[in-house]
Amino acid sequence: MPDLMSVVTTLAMIVVVFGAVLLHVAYLTYFERKVLGHMQDRLGPMEVGYHGLLQPIADGLKLFFKEDIIPTGANKIIFTVAPIISLVPALIAFAVIPFSDRGPIADINIAILYILALSSIGAYGILLGGWASNSKYSLLGGLRSAAQVISYELALGMSLVGVLLLSGSLSLAAIAQGQAGGFWHWYAFAFPAPQFVAFVIYLLSAIAETNRLPFDLPEAESELVAGFFTEYSGMRFAFFFLAEYANMILVSCVGAILFLGGWQAPFDFLPSTGWWGVFWFLPKVYFLLFLFFWIRATLPRLRYDQLMRLGWKIMIPLALANILITSFLAFVTR
Amino acid sequence: MTTAQRDDEQGSFGYILHEPESGATTEVVTESVDAEERQPLFRSEDLLLNMGPQHPATHGVLRVVLELEGEKIIKATPYLGYLHRGTEKLAEGKTYNQVIPLTDRLDYVCAMANNYAYVRAVERLLGITVPERAEYVRTIVSEMQRIIGHLFWLGTQALDIGAMTVFFWTFRERELLLDLFEALCGARLTVSYFRVGGVDPQGDLTPEVIAKLRTFLAAFPAKLEEYEGLLSENRIWLGRTKNIAVISAEDAVNFGLTGPTLRGSGVNYDIRKAEPYGVYDRVEWEVPVGSHGDTYDRYWVRMQEMRQSARILSQCLDRLPEGPILADIPGVTYPKREKVMTDMESLIHHFKVACYGFETPPGEVYCATETPKGELGFYLVSDGTNRPHRMHIRAPSFVNMGAFDYMAKGYLIADIVTIFGTYDIVMGECDR
Amino acid sequence: METIASSVEYLSRYYPIVVFGLLAAAFGLGTLLISYFVQPREDNAEKLSPYECGSEPVSDARMPFPVRYYVIAMLFVIFDIEVIFLYPWAIVFDRIGLIGFMEMVIFIALFVLAFVYAWRKGALEWE
Repeated sequence: MPDLMSVVTTLAMIVVVFGAVLLHVAYLTYFERKVLGHMQDRLGPMEVGYHGLLQPIADGLKLFFKEDIIPTGANKIIFTVAPIISLVPALIAFAVIPFSDRGPIADINIAILYILALSSIGAYGILLGGWASNSKYSLLGGLRSAAQVISYELALGMSLVGVLLLSGSLSLAAIAQGQAGGFWHWYAFAFPAPQFVAFVIYLLSAIAETNRLPFDLPEAESELVAGFFTEYSGMRFAFFFLAEYANMILVSCVGAILFLGGWQAPFDFLPSTGWWGVFWFLPKVYFLLFLFFWIRATLPRLRYDQLMRLGWKIMIPLALANILITSFLAFVTR
Repeated sequence: MTTAQRDDEQGSFGYILHEPESGATTEVVTESVDAEERQPLFRSEDLLLNMGPQHPATHGVLRVVLELEGEKIIKATPYLGYLHRGTEKLAEGKTYNQVIPLTDRLDYVCAMANNYAYVRAVERLLGITVPERAEYVRTIVSEMQRIIGHLFWLGTQALDIGAMTVFFWTFRERELLLDLFEALCGARLTVSYFRVGGVDPQGDLTPEVIAKLRTFLAAFPAKLEEYEGLLSENRIWLGRTKNIAVISAEDAVNFGLTGPTLRGSGVNYDIRKAEPYGVYDRVEWEVPVGSHGDTYDRYWVRMQEMRQSARILSQCLDRLPEGPILADIPGVTYPKREKVMTDMESLIHHFKVACYGFETPPGEVYCATETPKGELGFYLVSDGTNRPHRMHIRAPSFVNMGAFDYMAKGYLIADIVTIFGTYDIVMGECDR
Repeated sequence: METIASSVEYLSRYYPIVVFGLLAAAFGLGTLLISYFVQPREDNAEKLSPYECGSEPVSDARMPFPVRYYVIAMLFVIFDIEVIFLYPWAIVFDRIGLIGFMEMVIFIALFVLAFVYAWRKGALEWE
């Protein structure tokens, strides 16, 4: 049984991580608006605070005090619970993310399965929210979310197999540990089988998982107005929003750990213990987040039959080939 | 427009809402869809979805009722009239000059082109010609307007398909041209720049404006390539536009499509070539023509048209002659401003033209002009008074909407917004 | 006793997740609750009606709805399970040698066979 001291530390860490995630989510919206703004020859938020730094707080307060409408004919319970179903898995997945070599809050040996499971639950929130709203736009958005899950999730699952094969563990802490010794040991580039293709497949699936452009079909605003959250307002809307951004941070963290060495320093003569780990980890996460925004600023939206075709006819065969080649290379070089 | 008013007016607009008890049932569906297309084996009810008037991608207040099977469109019925202001009727109570501001509000993103179309009709009715320089200035501003209109279209079409950056970039260039309009006539959108017999004499093309326009033209091709770099080589863009909303040349002609929508299908018909006006027959340019009649070809046609407009513009600037920009036709055009300020006769003359306008010989005239959207025609009937007896506007957006159901059938909801965009529809013109 | 103790030890690693989950749920419900008391509430029938782009809703949103990708959805369920089989294999890959490698190649070959069959049969197409 864990002793009292470790329990207290763990509880403190939970509170810290929880707060940090929420803060990052809030400022990720600011970061996104600034990045998009500058890519589009404008400034982004500038009014609230210095260079708009208080904008996320203003947005949060506005949503907090906004009337929370439940449309007629909506299923009240599901309508209320759906945003929470989306939000809670997105947040508690952070319990298994190792931010440094001290490991995650909960060091479980099946961390990847845990995260895959939670990310699937998040889609239920969208589906239920879309159905419960009793609006056709919401319904179509929810159904698209289901179509999206079956498009990317197989490729997502397969893209991870190569990394698991090289690391021999499902624990994120162990996977990060296995990439020590410089960036050429990170699994995206590592001998004997660089997982670069798997990394790209993972990124595409991650974008689809978080409903971001070019795969933002469930909420495609020019087609379905706002998709599954058309009827949502106030805090319930904010929860879907928080869940989406928390998921973005989550998939970026997982991507950084699986393919970019997690908290490992890029060169072996640099320290990567303790706070240094966080120091190396955050730029990788933010680089991936920046990729999300960059792609959003660049690409148009796919149609959902095109997404399905991309998932099934391009990403799955590629991921399968990657598994075969990786296992072959790992076998012969052993 | 509140819902209550809408309800009162339903009859007069001639549309019938599908009642909940009669709509959305299998009987209605079997009526509206060919029997062989449907399989009666599985039970599926078609979803009736209102798209518009309050929808982010309907370019204003277009309303389309979609009959859906899943996300596939079985029937798309546009309901027009949400922006109807009775422009044609209003014109009957106004003198010919007073109608010009009304035409600004037809295709409100391309007001210059509407002005041009209207004053040409009036001039044809009067049988007057305009000075040489005025012809050049008119061609210049209407080609600037074509670039503005196409930039606006490109931005919104790209935004509808999800490429948001193109939208901001096109608006950046559009802004430069709007600034020039502001320098010319003080207004940016509703310009009312044209006059019967020329253009606003206070708004001549000054050397500064010409220099700015030349700077713009020098930079513009690079900007176009920037947009094309984001779109033309982008597989997602190609996937979203190629083979979407295909219409054959024959069907396009039969539906009466005009403008880039027609030329995308491979019909080489441009009024600027077929029936030249302005100085279009004096400059070198080509009519871009597509071949497949899909959304991508219409996109390509408009991109090339912007290049051709830039070509026309630089030639016009090179050859711009000196001279007046408003004809001096007593009783029709305003006298010179300096004279109005000093000369009593001219003041009275000015007062008369401003308040009473001018009388036109009895008769009727139809005059078609190539606007960015297509053939904008004004049909004027004159009974010899100072007001049009009847004015009819052949609005390209309105006629193009006739083919909407035909072009949308069988595609997915996601394609509907592409199809809205590919017409370059502006409801001010469509509903008039 | 030994096994019980070790499984208690094992499960105790999960308690932070439970605490985290409770915290997240409390955050969600608590925020909703507080927000409920501070927000204005001015309802009317028009405001509460589902969004249909400004028109009166023409029919109920909850109706049988043809999902054109149901074959793909069924394939997804099957293949997803097969992918899960790859995970334990990948973990112990170092320890199972040539036999394990060949077994998995055969398994993936079967997978590919099924996949190609579905593809050629047109199950991945929509119409």
